[in-house]
Amino acid sequence: MIAESMYQELILEHYKHPQGRGLRDPFDSEVHHVNPTCGDEITMRVKVGEGGKVEDVSYDGQGCSISQAAASVLHELATGSTVEETLSVVEEFTRLMQGRGKVEPDEEVLGDAVAFAGVAKFPARVKCALLAWMAYKDAVVRSA
Amino acid sequence: MSTEFDVERIRKDFPVLSRELPGGRPLVYLDSGNSSQKPTQVIEVMREHLASHYANVGRAMHVLGAESTEAYESARDKVATFVGAPDRDEIVFTKNASEALNLVAYAFGNPINEDPRFVMGPGDEIVISEMEHHSNIVPWQLLARRTGATLRWFSVTDEGRLDLSNLDELVTERTKIVSIAHQSNVLGTVNPVARVLARVRQVGALMMLDASQSVPHKPVDVAALGVDFLAFTGHKAVGPSGIGVLWARGELLEAMPPFLGGGEMIEAVWMDRSTYAPAPHKFEAGTPPIVEAIGLGAALDYLSSIGMDAIAGHERELTGYALEALGEVPGLKVIGPRDLQDRGGTVSFTLEGIHPHDVGQILDDEFGVAVRVGHHCARPLHLRFGIPATTRASFYLYNTPAEIDALVRGLHHVRKVFA
Repeated sequence: MIAESMYQELILEHYKHPQGRGLRDPFDSEVHHVNPTCGDEITMRVKVGEGGKVEDVSYDGQGCSISQAAASVLHELATGSTVEETLSVVEEFTRLMQGRGKVEPDEEVLGDAVAFAGVAKFPARVKCALLAWMAYKDAVVRSA
Repeated sequence: MSTEFDVERIRKDFPVLSRELPGGRPLVYLDSGNSSQKPTQVIEVMREHLASHYANVGRAMHVLGAESTEAYESARDKVATFVGAPDRDEIVFTKNASEALNLVAYAFGNPINEDPRFVMGPGDEIVISEMEHHSNIVPWQLLARRTGATLRWFSVTDEGRLDLSNLDELVTERTKIVSIAHQSNVLGTVNPVARVLARVRQVGALMMLDASQSVPHKPVDVAALGVDFLAFTGHKAVGPSGIGVLWARGELLEAMPPFLGGGEMIEAVWMDRSTYAPAPHKFEAGTPPIVEAIGLGAALDYLSSIGMDAIAGHERELTGYALEALGEVPGLKVIGPRDLQDRGGTVSFTLEGIHPHDVGQILDDEFGVAVRVGHHCARPLHLRFGIPATTRASFYLYNTPAEIDALVRGLHHVRKVFA
């Protein structure tokens, strides 16, 4: 019923077939983030090249479908973009997740990540969706 | 058992069980190991006290003060009777089981406690187990850090039983205190208290039980158990939150220093020193959770009126039914004993390839089935089994086989979503 809107096909697809999973070299920074309430965790590496271009986002971790799919979508969105571009996506994604389901998502900015809009209605799951994105933000800061 | 145990009549005592969830789903509450629901009998006693008898306890010289004190202290009598305490003054009200465990831990290695049984320093040892709730781990870690004592623990077998193979090496003359769960909040395992206690007595140590998961579900008699300390909490026993209980042998309470200082725990106060009230008041500083204690008394009255043996029998039937029904869900693995021997009504499991958060969310959203997912405040136990989390169904007197059927139907659907 309600959850139908949360478990979008795209999320299940990314969960079953995660993109870019596995830690890779080379990388500029590596971070490890955990969600202490549920034990979900992620290790993330970022490689930034010339002109602030994100060359690779690699990750490994364990967790629920939401947290794992969010990492996979992030990998697709970030790789090949510039750090600046990706940070504005992170910002929009965070705004959506923290909007208690009342924020109209900007699909132009979010792309596939718009599929997570339904998660915002479940306060207990918002942290799951944000885990990889917060790790990415942290990793980018440390790579500079 | 089921012929005399009228679960439908019991369900009518719990108003929340007949509420409808958003979307018209019925509620299937299988999370009583986390916190139990409350019967009208408890709600009404608390409402009535607040409406007509409320005042502070132990200090007010008026009718309401007397009535309130009488009700509060009579709750202590009820608790004492319920757990078979030899003396009502051995019952200390705390805010929860965690506080009761911390209170006892604080008595060790405390410079103002010179009783040799509580003196603790480097070379002394504290023994717990790998299946403990964090509330029976962290207070002892803190104690070990304060005193330089060593924290040791029993392992857990693959079947989810306490591994006693090294009992004699683990509990030795160096041991000052052994504190373990009476019943595991994840595995459902009921621990062999007598075997551990025999060794504890041999080496002259003290023993504490975290009985949060046993007292609400079966007859527990502290005198028969023979341990030194026992903690449990009200909210898991159809009582309110905010009230817990420490039972300890009277002479130990006498030897132990106060935990919190404040009003009503004193005998006389000067500017530079104080003398303390006798137990239990020595350990009840400040205005206590008055209405919550009275509510707990009503809860224990309610459970007694049904009978703890009958409740334990009902839960045993449910657990047997659940273990069999869950065994037919493909990819489902029970973490804990798969037989009914020394086991309570808590069943934790993993579902292959599906994270417990996803299991719990779909069970709730589509079937109104409330279970707990995560590490259930027992992270070391989950690490021991090499898993981050489990899904846990826990049963109580108001649950039915039909609710277990709903859980199983839900799990089949979860598998379809993530297939």
